[in-house]
Amino acid sequence: MNTLTASPTDFRHVTLDSGLRVVADIDSRGYSAALGYFTRAGARDECDRESGLSHFLEHMMFKGTARRSAADVNRELDELGGQSNAYTSEEQTVYYAAVLPKYQHRLIDLLSDMLSPSLREDDFETERQVILEEIAKYEDQPPFGAFERSMECHFGPRGLGRRILGTRSSIEAMTAADMRAYFQRRYRPENIVLAASGNVDFDALVEQAAQATESWSDRATGQSNTAFEDAQGLPVDISLERRLRAPDASQAYRVTIGPSIGMASDDRYAMRMLCAILGDDGGSRLFWDLIDTGRAEVATLWPQEFTDCGSLLTYLVCGPDQMDSNVRLMNDALQRVATEGVEPDELQQAVNKTVAGCIMQSERPSGRLFGLGSRWLCCNEHVSVDALLTAYRDVSVDDVKRVAQEYLTRDVTEVIASSGDETELSESA
Amino acid sequence: MPTITDSPVTTTHLKNGLTIVCQPMPWLRTAAYTMWLPGGLVSEVPLGEWGSLDGSIASDNSSATKSYDAETDPHAGLASLTCEMVQRGAGPYSSRDLVSVEDNLGIDASVSASTSVVTFSGNMPAESISDAMGILAELVRRPHLPGDQVDDAKMMLYQERMASLDEPTSRLMKHLRLAQFGNPAGRSGSVNPVSLETLSIDSVREFYQSNYHCGGGLLAIAGQIDPQAITQQVEQLFGDWRSGDPIPLEKTYPTEGNHHLHADSSQTHIGFAFDSIPYGHEDYFVMRAGIGILSDGMSSRLFDRVREQRGLCYSVWASTTSFRGFGGVMGYAGTTPARAQETLDVTLHEIRHLADDLTTDELDRWKTRIESNLIMEQESAGSRAGSLASDQFQIGRVMSTEELESAIEAITLDQVRDYWHAHSPEHFRIVTVGPEPLQTT
Repeated sequence: MNTLTASPTDFRHVTLDSGLRVVADIDSRGYSAALGYFTRAGARDECDRESGLSHFLEHMMFKGTARRSAADVNRELDELGGQSNAYTSEEQTVYYAAVLPKYQHRLIDLLSDMLSPSLREDDFETERQVILEEIAKYEDQPPFGAFERSMECHFGPRGLGRRILGTRSSIEAMTAADMRAYFQRRYRPENIVLAASGNVDFDALVEQAAQATESWSDRATGQSNTAFEDAQGLPVDISLERRLRAPDASQAYRVTIGPSIGMASDDRYAMRMLCAILGDDGGSRLFWDLIDTGRAEVATLWPQEFTDCGSLLTYLVCGPDQMDSNVRLMNDALQRVATEGVEPDELQQAVNKTVAGCIMQSERPSGRLFGLGSRWLCCNEHVSVDALLTAYRDVSVDDVKRVAQEYLTRDVTEVIASSGDETELSESA
Repeated sequence: MPTITDSPVTTTHLKNGLTIVCQPMPWLRTAAYTMWLPGGLVSEVPLGEWGSLDGSIASDNSSATKSYDAETDPHAGLASLTCEMVQRGAGPYSSRDLVSVEDNLGIDASVSASTSVVTFSGNMPAESISDAMGILAELVRRPHLPGDQVDDAKMMLYQERMASLDEPTSRLMKHLRLAQFGNPAGRSGSVNPVSLETLSIDSVREFYQSNYHCGGGLLAIAGQIDPQAITQQVEQLFGDWRSGDPIPLEKTYPTEGNHHLHADSSQTHIGFAFDSIPYGHEDYFVMRAGIGILSDGMSSRLFDRVREQRGLCYSVWASTTSFRGFGGVMGYAGTTPARAQETLDVTLHEIRHLADDLTTDELDRWKTRIESNLIMEQESAGSRAGSLASDQFQIGRVMSTEELESAIEAITLDQVRDYWHAHSPEHFRIVTVGPEPLQTT
């Protein structure tokens, strides 16, 4: 695995007069092209009354424009035949599709138009019901809100702790007027990156994007509502109780969250290797101690990298009566690495596995799009697949030990969801 | 831009019954394999013990059917337990060695039991495919099946059972599958409290001996490979292994009527199923086009009319399931209890009236989708290997991409309309999970 490289690609980027950035990782031998708009509009940009708005707006982008009805948008996306979708995170909203190269022009026409939505009142009311259903759907799924709660407790209920879907009451109270104001504020060209990977005609892309997004500069600037809001107390429907009741749950679900490394730090590669060695689902330390023995269903950890900070999450799922002993085993494994570091051969194994995974993932244009777009949006930086492979290979045992000492010894916030009281929150948390 | 360059498929039949199917994809840097052997859930129980959920009339009256209870079946989970045990050391490798040698070669491998077969699959950088074949042969032919680890492996399956109990859609679909297909085609692979007691290392060893063999087995390899060299290597590795007769899966034992499973959930989870035809049937693509119009994409009937126009739910879909000889359509909608009845009624109405107002545009969109998927499959050795295996298993040969494309292209709207007029489902099997049952007549 030490000699493997990725397919050569051609990286190009340009910033339009409007401030909209266009980036591409081009491989003209590819069978498909993946294209997407990456927008700096996420849960952390919302104020209390806007909670869930970024995500609600993402849905509304599919509901029609001055030129297209909602049915037209969905129909045309299907006519292009590829895989298209959108997602919203704490920091960004992304609209993307992977299509055959012959459809590049039609896709950009459609996606660009979608990002000038009509936001019609009747569509807004119908979609509000869909969002409420989406919230209900996640309420029924493990870990029954424990991830959202851990973010709320760790970051506070605003900023990065703001839940992406919002709450029932924030969605019920949302108005189309609030959405229009938020849209104008966030969907300005300087907040947006158009990213493309695979078999892409870059010059045509830039020319078309410049035309199609010309009017976006007219969107009103304006201060964020977050600057004005009275950020005292808890938003409606939000609790910081670290114990969640899931009356029907057979298993107990434990999440911890603590500080970690952000997108800008070069230590992120060492942190990812540390997490792979400890928590990878195949052959990590936690796997052998807790999963292979049947003690737990899930025992893992991973870093979440944001623009200006990061967090380290652990996740443990097992029978409620096994939780205490499993927490001890998990903490022991983490502490052992913090004090003793890791072995060279286990680091080598994690690097080899990760490098092969990168090569396999990068083979499809859609597998390269998200890293490309997110990184350019947040850091104005491109890390090619080969540079990524080198970065992983350069991680040393000392690097891993250093991040382990730094981040596995911090106080963490613990959240548990289960049916009963037999699982106690640990006192240190 | 490259067109679909369908490189030649080589198929080799070994005397012991193993079929080797290879397709080079020289433009890739990766390779993948999929091996299917007998040893699926169908092999868990003797033929005489097949039956339906509640003992009601089976599709074939010639054999009496037994009442089947997935919660007390002493064999439930045996195929999955064997899969798990096979990975706990083989040939020269301990279970830790296996993981580390595969990780170091970049092989992303997995083993799982499904209804008819046990599947071994792996994706990797092309350089590792030959080593991967060697490891696969050790796993399949020389597993240690260590008795001292069977309790740990059973605990793993117990954890999986608990997880699926906590996931309402998984609980729902498990029950629906059993209602639609009965035992064995609807078996889930999960353990239950009884089988957790009865399953032992002896049952695993016996299951392995009787069901892991080349009879009816196949190995599909795709990606940046030399088909001749890899076929030769596979012949050496597997040519002298044992053969046998796979257990045929020829019929279903459906249960009529509907089921409600209580849960104090936020949503009512609705599952529906009806009889259909399998992949390989002469009308399959015509039937599948109808399901595509119903459920593939954001302009499909269910997404548009249940979600977009009425806002009734976030998730709604239908999909086809194929076995050799029979098939089915299963679907799902999740919605809050107050709107669950309307959601069910609208969803079933759309299915029953699918053929009433079909348009050419809808069929064309579905065709474009399939064409794009076929072309994009050329970007993934893993999906190609999966398709090779599935074709070989279901229809006994591999359909070339060109052949598939022309079969899809040739479908007319009249065919789809006629098929769905003639086969409009009258009987649905419906399972709900939620606070209250629904009217399902």
